[in-house]
Amino acid sequence: MRKLKEFIVEKLILICGLASIFFVALIFLFLLKEGLAVFKTVSLFKFLFGKSWYPISEPAQLGILPLILGSLLITVGAAIISIPIGVGCAIYIAEIAPLKIKETLKAGIELLAAIPSVVLGFIGMVTLVPLVKNLFNLPTGLTALSGSIMLAFMAMPTIVSIAEDALYSVPKTYKEGAFALGATHWQTIWRVMLPAASSGILAAVMLGIGRVIGETMAVMMITGNAAVIPHTILAPVRTLTATIAAEMGEAVVGSEHYFALFAIGIVLFVISFAINVTADSFLHKRQQ
Amino acid sequence: MKNPYRTQNIAFFFLFLATLLIVVPVGLIIVIIIQKGLPAINWQFLSDIPRQGMRAGGIFPAIVGTVYLVTGAIILALPIGLLAAIYLSEYSKDNLLNRLIKLAIVNLAGVPSVVYGLFGLALFVVFFKFGASILSGSLTLGIMILPVIITTSREALESVPQSFREVSLSLGASKWQTIRHIVLPNAIPGILTGTILGLGRAAGETAPILFTVAAFYLPRLPNSIFDQAMALPYHLYVISTQVPNVAEKIRYGTAFVLLALVLIMNLVAIIIRYKFRKRKKW
Repeated sequence: MRKLKEFIVEKLILICGLASIFFVALIFLFLLKEGLAVFKTVSLFKFLFGKSWYPISEPAQLGILPLILGSLLITVGAAIISIPIGVGCAIYIAEIAPLKIKETLKAGIELLAAIPSVVLGFIGMVTLVPLVKNLFNLPTGLTALSGSIMLAFMAMPTIVSIAEDALYSVPKTYKEGAFALGATHWQTIWRVMLPAASSGILAAVMLGIGRVIGETMAVMMITGNAAVIPHTILAPVRTLTATIAAEMGEAVVGSEHYFALFAIGIVLFVISFAINVTADSFLHKRQQ
Repeated sequence: MKNPYRTQNIAFFFLFLATLLIVVPVGLIIVIIIQKGLPAINWQFLSDIPRQGMRAGGIFPAIVGTVYLVTGAIILALPIGLLAAIYLSEYSKDNLLNRLIKLAIVNLAGVPSVVYGLFGLALFVVFFKFGASILSGSLTLGIMILPVIITTSREALESVPQSFREVSLSLGASKWQTIRHIVLPNAIPGILTGTILGLGRAAGETAPILFTVAAFYLPRLPNSIFDQAMALPYHLYVISTQVPNVAEKIRYGTAFVLLALVLIMNLVAIIIRYKFRKRKKW
């Protein structure tokens, strides 16, 4: 009787262990099931590189290039801001901060990671957007720049915590060796610690960027949502994620628009999959 | 000749500056929301339904909706996540399957939240015909927080020393008895931390509930799990972008309640972890 019970429990554990694989596959399958139908009417090339996104005009124009460029512009902007600040903060926490401050800083970074994106979007709307508007004398502060700044904050917790882990796991002997050769603390960090932790830091940066590309609510609230190809960082843009979030509510289930939004979902899924697999392989390399 | 110590001082100054550039805005965000949101909070705001097209009244249905959604999500995610963590820490061997599972968890954690929304729409709302309902929303959020719960629980289980297991097994306990009576009780604080973090994440997410449950305006409480519901994060989105002329006080008040809910959960998780680490004797 006990044997039977244990047999059942252990099989149940195995099934749950496999659940993650099952769910990832299920997500991808259902995106494909709903999204691939759009390619009956639009070719893949026209979908990815079409210059206009007018999903409800007759006939509908379903080119997501403006959305891809919008996501790209905001992501590049956020990366430029968040990578130096995030890696710098990680070095400070890992190497320089006194022990007590270190714990407080780490808790603070965790709190930043926990703030819901809709709250960050709201704060961005009431503080950052008017600031950008006045600073550059623009008709509206809902621009790619505002989005980039806000998203940089959402990427930083990821970058800081993973990069800090990477620096922390550099063997102590490396550091002692450098000190023994007469290097200053900074020379040790710059010439020894950073190169040794480089693959982990690269993974941190990639995962941070992954977070930016996938971010939805804050972006939808502060980038202005204009589905046109952006020519400057001070213009409103619309991202892939915001398009889905803003339009799915109105799209009729089973319509071309509905399929197109799922096809954007496939694009996002593939991007995040590629980023995560690559970042994971960097982290794995470090462990060996 | 360049003085290496001066270079060091300059470098350390910039690193400190980078840290300030993160910490100060975080502090400012929290201070602004507390300063402008706290005065809006009173019993009526917390217990009344929204009135006059959400321009007056309270946010009670949104709070209740969020509580329902979070409860539903954890009912799904905790058992599956915990058992998956037990599999990874106690049963799996270092082989391809184990590697695949870990990769799947990483990917599950990385899928954009709006894609979870699409998935929930396609699977629960349309395919299973649950409609936009608390059930669909909870299931979607549950799958979304699964990686958080698996990862933290696994860490907690793996931090229980190997010798505990060996002693139990040598006394004749079976593998499951060892897990049930020795490993799990020692890992409870870590599992609790993960669960609370998962709760906080589920409470704050908006994109996954957009098409699966969230009601724009529903000035009553949901009747069953097949009913739509309002939710705090979506309500904040609606009153800050979709409805014109909402008093600033109501917006900040809503933001304050949501932020307080999420930050308190996270603080509790951090404190549990901190206490546990201090108390741990192995």
